[in-house]
Amino acid sequence: MSVGLEHFLVVGAALFGIGLLLSLSKRNIIGVLMGIELMFNGANVTLVAFSRFLEAAEALAGQVLVVFSITVAAAEAAVALALAMAFYRRRQTVDVDRADVLRW
Amino acid sequence: MRPLAPWWDIRDLGNAVGALLEWLADVGAPSWLTYVVSSLVGMLALLGWALGSQLFFIWAERRLIARMQVRLGPNRAGPFGLLQPIADALKVLAKEMVTPRGADRILFWLAPIAVVVPAITVLAVFPFGERMVLADLNVGVLYLAAISSTAIFFVFVAGWSSSNKYSLLGAMRSVAMLISYEVVQVLALLSVPIFVGSMRLGDIVAWQRDYNAWLVFLQPLALLGFIIASAVEVNRTPTDIAEAESEIVAGYHTEYGGIRWGMFQLAEYIAGFAVAAVMATLWLGGWTLWGLEEWVPGWVIFLAKVYGAFFLFIWLRGTLPRLRIDQLMGFAWKFLLPLMLLNTLLAGLEVLVWRETGAPAAVVLPAFALGNLALTGGLVVGWAVLLGQLRPERRPARPLLVRELGAIYYRPLEEAREA
Amino acid sequence: MGAVAAFWVLSTITVGSALAVALVRDLVRAVVALVGSFLGVAGLFVLLSADFLAVAQVLIYAGAISVLMVFVIALTPRGARDNSETAMRWPALALAGAMTGLMTTVALVAHWGPQVKEGLTETAAAIGEALLSRYVLPFEVASVVLLAAMLGAIVLVREE
Repeated sequence: MSVGLEHFLVVGAALFGIGLLLSLSKRNIIGVLMGIELMFNGANVTLVAFSRFLEAAEALAGQVLVVFSITVAAAEAAVALALAMAFYRRRQTVDVDRADVLRW
Repeated sequence: MRPLAPWWDIRDLGNAVGALLEWLADVGAPSWLTYVVSSLVGMLALLGWALGSQLFFIWAERRLIARMQVRLGPNRAGPFGLLQPIADALKVLAKEMVTPRGADRILFWLAPIAVVVPAITVLAVFPFGERMVLADLNVGVLYLAAISSTAIFFVFVAGWSSSNKYSLLGAMRSVAMLISYEVVQVLALLSVPIFVGSMRLGDIVAWQRDYNAWLVFLQPLALLGFIIASAVEVNRTPTDIAEAESEIVAGYHTEYGGIRWGMFQLAEYIAGFAVAAVMATLWLGGWTLWGLEEWVPGWVIFLAKVYGAFFLFIWLRGTLPRLRIDQLMGFAWKFLLPLMLLNTLLAGLEVLVWRETGAPAAVVLPAFALGNLALTGGLVVGWAVLLGQLRPERRPARPLLVRELGAIYYRPLEEAREA
Repeated sequence: MGAVAAFWVLSTITVGSALAVALVRDLVRAVVALVGSFLGVAGLFVLLSADFLAVAQVLIYAGAISVLMVFVIALTPRGARDNSETAMRWPALALAGAMTGLMTTVALVAHWGPQVKEGLTETAAAIGEALLSRYVLPFEVASVVLLAAMLGAIVLVREE
């Protein structure tokens, strides 16, 4: 038995689904962010699996896209955590249910 | 790579391992068994070397620092204190391992393990000789940076899980220091693959052997930045704020007793050896010594360089006073990081000039060496002068108490100087 | 055969740690499980012959992003640390389950065509050349994005 494309795609789908669950249901901003990072990871695994197993006109295009995906994920995590800090400084909480007014 | 010599040729211990693997294949072992045996031999050899070196250097460091401080050092436990590491190990093993009441039990147990594992794992990629590499990875230099960065997270977990606010403070200061100097360290590391054209450590050593030029002469600024950044990364004085006796208790490993504290010390020493091995491989020529490796075993040369680089760290520890956390951070972000960026730019420019002109290496490399050494001296001195000549309100500020006491003490001196 | 065993071990670690992030009742333990998941994904990248990406994943995710997260947890002492869910947990579970089911079905049912069976190659040099030849515009834009993110983060947390 060998490991093929479908196995990695299922792993990527599982990671994406768990990340989606986390980002929609967690009460803490950090929990939501962990879900977003897991979604990024699921997408990266899927991209690299496609790059490895399927022929493409441009070899390693999937891996280059994952390089950019990791870069943008790092930038987004930094900004999101800065937002969390700024929110905490205003409202003294990191509960997403408390982020319910448009101005203060 | 030269062909496999007979197994008793100790100039390259890989010959013996190769002979063992060939015997296994002849006897008819399956290929997975050969792979497992070769990996096990490499791993056990690395572990044995790291632990043995650590035992020796516990004694050597204390004696050397004592000599630098005009005192004797341990000389009670055995002749010349040589059994001191054994005594230390026995003491550490016999101490009680207390878990604080509010501590997070799983994370408290996990943190010492997770700090030691990256320190040992990073040793896998160093070429001790021509055939003595456990894993000559294609992305070796990046692997070094990546594995040492995973230890940083678990330093914080160690401080957090102790349920001790001083541990947490020490852990946060330590992690802030570590992530700042990690940027400097990775930039310093990256200028070597720019020059050599490959991230594989075996290729870097081969480049230095083929061009008969150690990279220390071609990239001195990078080595300088790497030495300073690595001294901080392994928490050695003058930057051991996390664990010094006069600082916040003992930083992130206050609550750890017995063998758990021993694991943190182990991680520090093995990380120190790893960093010294990086210096020896990337800048000092690895296991080659301008042709001497024909007679002297390559691993002896490599170990001599590693221990020499580690002696430099011991020397720094015995000589320099401890730095404050704000002095450290200012030094990293305002002084070292711009210098490392400039160094990366210069390395790229030099490689471009070399490729475009196509000049022979014997002409180009000495020119680069002289230019780089001059630039290193000039940049370091110039940047320091520039930072010192800023307007007084923008100079790095000293803490309030020191300023006030200093003003009381220095004002008469300045008035006397102006008069 | 070793690759099959490695795949099952690594994917168990990855998906198991991701489930642990959802289920543990302490926030810092969840971040530690997240780091475990990142390291598992790095192992999967090695299996997929993406050596440079594996090391980059460890360096960026497990080495930097996780440190950012625990720093924010430590700097928000009044925030709840029990990793609880909001009232939306059951709709979120239903939606996530539906999405995962849909993607798994597509993955297993679709005809992906002939699969390449090559082994390991060395991708670092090829990625580097691609980044500086064909993909140089996204490369430069990514550096601008990083600069903007750095500036934005500094501005957002600055003391007024």
